[in-house]
Amino acid sequence: MSYIPADKLKEEAQTIIKEIDFSNLKPKDRLRIPMQEMPAQEPKARAKNIQEVALGYFEEQVKLEAERCLQCKNAPCIKGCPVEINIPGFIKAAAEGDYQKSVNIIKESSMLPAICGRVCPQETQCMAECTVGKSLKDMDKSVAIGRIERFVADWERAKGKMSVPEIAPSTGKKVGIVGSGPAGLTAAADVRKAGHEVVLFEAFHKLGGVMIYGIPEFRLPKEILDKEIDNLLSMGVKIKRNFLVGRTRKVKDLIEKDGFDALFIGTGAGLPNFMNIEGENLVGVSSANEFLTRANLMKAYTPDKADTPIFTGKRTAVIGGGNVAMDAARMALRVGAEKVYVIYRRTENEMPARREEVAHAKEEGIIFSFLSSPVRILGDETGKVKGIECLKYVLGEPDDSGRRKPVAVKGSEFTLEMDSVIMALGNSSNPLISQTAPEIGVNKWGNITVDEDGKTSMDKVYAGGDIVLGAATVILAMGEGRRAAASINKLLADNK
Amino acid sequence: MSKVLDKKMLSRDVVQMKLLAPEIASERQAGQFIIVQVDSDFSERIPLTIADADEKAGSITIIFQIVGKSTLKLAQKKTGESVENLLGPLGKPTHIEKFGTVVCVGGGIGVAPLHPIAQAMKNAGNRVITIIGARTKDLLILEDEMRSIADELIICTDDGSYGRKCLVTEPLKEICEKGGADLAVTIGPAIMMKFCAETTRPFGVKTYASLNTIMVDGTGMCGGCRVTVGNETKFVCVDGPEFDAHLVDFDNMMLRLRSYKPQEQDANHACHLQAAIDQLQR
Repeated sequence: MSYIPADKLKEEAQTIIKEIDFSNLKPKDRLRIPMQEMPAQEPKARAKNIQEVALGYFEEQVKLEAERCLQCKNAPCIKGCPVEINIPGFIKAAAEGDYQKSVNIIKESSMLPAICGRVCPQETQCMAECTVGKSLKDMDKSVAIGRIERFVADWERAKGKMSVPEIAPSTGKKVGIVGSGPAGLTAAADVRKAGHEVVLFEAFHKLGGVMIYGIPEFRLPKEILDKEIDNLLSMGVKIKRNFLVGRTRKVKDLIEKDGFDALFIGTGAGLPNFMNIEGENLVGVSSANEFLTRANLMKAYTPDKADTPIFTGKRTAVIGGGNVAMDAARMALRVGAEKVYVIYRRTENEMPARREEVAHAKEEGIIFSFLSSPVRILGDETGKVKGIECLKYVLGEPDDSGRRKPVAVKGSEFTLEMDSVIMALGNSSNPLISQTAPEIGVNKWGNITVDEDGKTSMDKVYAGGDIVLGAATVILAMGEGRRAAASINKLLADNK
Repeated sequence: MSKVLDKKMLSRDVVQMKLLAPEIASERQAGQFIIVQVDSDFSERIPLTIADADEKAGSITIIFQIVGKSTLKLAQKKTGESVENLLGPLGKPTHIEKFGTVVCVGGGIGVAPLHPIAQAMKNAGNRVITIIGARTKDLLILEDEMRSIADELIICTDDGSYGRKCLVTEPLKEICEKGGADLAVTIGPAIMMKFCAETTRPFGVKTYASLNTIMVDGTGMCGGCRVTVGNETKFVCVDGPEFDAHLVDFDNMMLRLRSYKPQEQDANHACHLQAAIDQLQR
């Protein structure tokens, strides 16, 4: 992928549109329409600002992209979507230019279309099932479902009035949702729709969970997040911020004393992992969670306004190969690092990060050091990071995950000069709920165990999202929230 | 939103503040802390220990020293005004049981969180010896409160302006030598806790230290508060705040506490801070 300026993409789309007779398109003709690239800010400029990188489709591009959809009768894409959005339905409406209808179709299944359109890994979900990609023998050329979703969601928000689903008459039942991330928000919406009173508990001072503290402004502007959440809450969801379930109130007390008929726990992944190598507690080493929370939630990217400091090294190493590593690396550039390295022990092919994110990072000048992993972090006499010593790796036999296992090359140590290191190695489960509610069973990794309905071992208590799955994605968490909400709605309907 | 119910200056830069927080007041136990943020958009989240609580009145009391921009912002809140965000109670409560004689050692502002622990230890039937220290007499806090709890109260000042002229480790050592301690609890500056741990170590007196490290969320998510305890990395917010003082790597902790020193100095020239503190005295 190489960078194409936005106005050029617009021009191209305008030219193509004039050449097509949309009244009588055969599948063959649809397959010939070129996939529309996402317009983006110029890489050098955006690496120094915090504004959104992807600019969103032009209307001409949406038309073209939506017309690429073959409207398959069996709709394989829907099976790829964790919340089963009627994808051909909303794309057809978008192709017809009826954007309101299009966004309404999405909202039957997801209340967060502007968010999902931006951060879902569509290429491994809906797009991985797309007939267009299969026919062209290139799954990168599947219909860009997320980009169309984003366009119609943004269109509705820009218009100023966002639609809210219908809510069933009050049932008199009360449900608590613990955590306001993607799982919790989805569960809150679904339970509220069924007419139950919903109270949403959030430990932070702002709503959104990982979407507010983790995913950077340049990928998901907080104004968009806030608007989408506000719209969801306008369904009549009550909010308790600064409320840490387990500490401010125990799970048991919420049910036994405060009269909640059911609870959904969607508290997310929690504790950041470290490597347990020498020098990890030196000044200048932080988890990606800490670095991103300081930057995003606490707004440390505006040092003249924010009171929260952030460690701004000149040479930063980010350890890991996932989306969080990409976010941390790109944020490091934006808060003042001159050189940012991503150190990953496998190759680019095995990286769990979305290809689009990796491409964006490369365009912005992030340096990738593949097949290498830190052995220790070196400090100066004052205890600050001064470098990182790594080993070279080669790929060996495939491991349990099916990826080829990296094997260290003996004697291949090399040192990179650094003044800050960010660990982006995933998260372990937060022990808070299990510490304070022993009734709720967890597995050996501390993740809450649930049955096929999303129910935990404690009566009336359900769970979903990363606290169950381990670290995953926004959309998978939403799928979990949806499943548990359906179970809660069924439980409460049965217990009339 | 949490309303400031009362505020008073305990010394030139130490503030005692009572906040309306009924949920925290009813759930909190000795040893726990809160995170406070003056306003949502740009303020810092700062961890502070709970010095006291009144469940009936629904209030908690915090005592803090003005050390920088964020604590100054908090100190500038007047009675009747509110802080936007208050989260808690956080951390594991102190393990309270009847140990026998418990020596509670507090230095400077650390006397504040020590107060509810000493109280709980006393209520559990322990003999409580309290050693409180400060640089000078004016900086000593909660003397009367501690006196009303402790079976024995020892006061130390660095300059000898009040009580004994010595460091808190001196009477601590004397008590250990007499075999008079079954447990020690120490809260104060990291350097003081380090030396308390070194004092009790040769006597094999179990010692707990309550750590106040840098935090952002206070719920386990960021890992900024991590410390090395017995060669393992622990998170103060969810694994602590209390740890076996003999296992804590205080040198690393002190280093990490200074992580953001350059930025903090940018944020408030010492002279600005002093001028603002002068304003508060009026």
